[in-house]
Amino acid sequence: MSQFAALLRKDNQPVRYLVVDDSVFARKNIIKMVQLFGGEIAGEAGDGLTAIAEYNRTKPDIVLMDITMPQMEGIEAVERIVRQYSEARIVMVSSVGYQENILAALQKGAKHFVQKPVKPEVLYEILRYVLSDDAALAGAPVALAGEHRS
Amino acid sequence: MRMDLIQPFINAADAVFAESLQGPTKIGDLLMEEGAYHRKGVAALIVIKGDIEGRVILDLAPDVALKVAAILTGGEVTDSEQVVRETVCELANMVIGNSVTLLNDQGYRFKVFPPEIHMNDQGLAGSRDTEAMVLAIETTCGNIYLNIAMHHLARRRRERDSVPVSS
Repeated sequence: MSQFAALLRKDNQPVRYLVVDDSVFARKNIIKMVQLFGGEIAGEAGDGLTAIAEYNRTKPDIVLMDITMPQMEGIEAVERIVRQYSEARIVMVSSVGYQENILAALQKGAKHFVQKPVKPEVLYEILRYVLSDDAALAGAPVALAGEHRS
Repeated sequence: MRMDLIQPFINAADAVFAESLQGPTKIGDLLMEEGAYHRKGVAALIVIKGDIEGRVILDLAPDVALKVAAILTGGEVTDSEQVVRETVCELANMVIGNSVTLLNDQGYRFKVFPPEIHMNDQGLAGSRDTEAMVLAIETTCGNIYLNIAMHHLARRRRERDSVPVSS
């Protein structure tokens, strides 16, 4: 049994994630974690360009985005996605966690940052935090499963 | 060889292995080596250029890489060259990313080149002045070897040396 209470949208549907990383291993690892949190995988991408196409196609609730990738890096992909979808919720996931990188991503519209190797409990808290701002998720804000809402 | 440039890589590797492989690690003896590096398994070579310059080699046996892959993916993996390559590459990226973060926060600016994976029988050539720190980190999957050669760029070193020391 999972030690994490499921993160659900307010309509009680699973949160849908787009996982972007050029490493298959990193994607699998992240996917394993978000599934542990009760999430659903809307799509996967191995570079920034594919991430934009997948975002357009799947309209996920959350994007988990690597920074260093071939063809188009994560920060540029964030900028392009946010330019088109200002409500997009993107969390950067990278092993390179120095301040300039984080600031650049946040300035382009990312909501948060988590450093690799990702600790499940850290990612969980970050997702809770990012999802708690339900104003951006029209009609489908988020709550923990079993949480009472009036 | 400056230990202050080497230490971030060792610390990062130890932390990354302990966290990602979900088990204890132990840093083995540190040795100095010169010349070409002879791989023990599959090696990722990462080159760094900027305020500090050098290279880091992360090296592990294929069977160790497969055990690592199984932990990273949370399931069984197929025994293939591709899996081994990707595993070594992913570990190298995590170690370098975390090291770069530590060094960048100390004020160093440099470019990190993507890992080159070496699987063939040739050694990895060192330059005439390559003096490297070599160590093994014991993990639950087996030993992972690091070979680190890093120095200040001469210009930067001269600038640093010319700064007067206040008493």
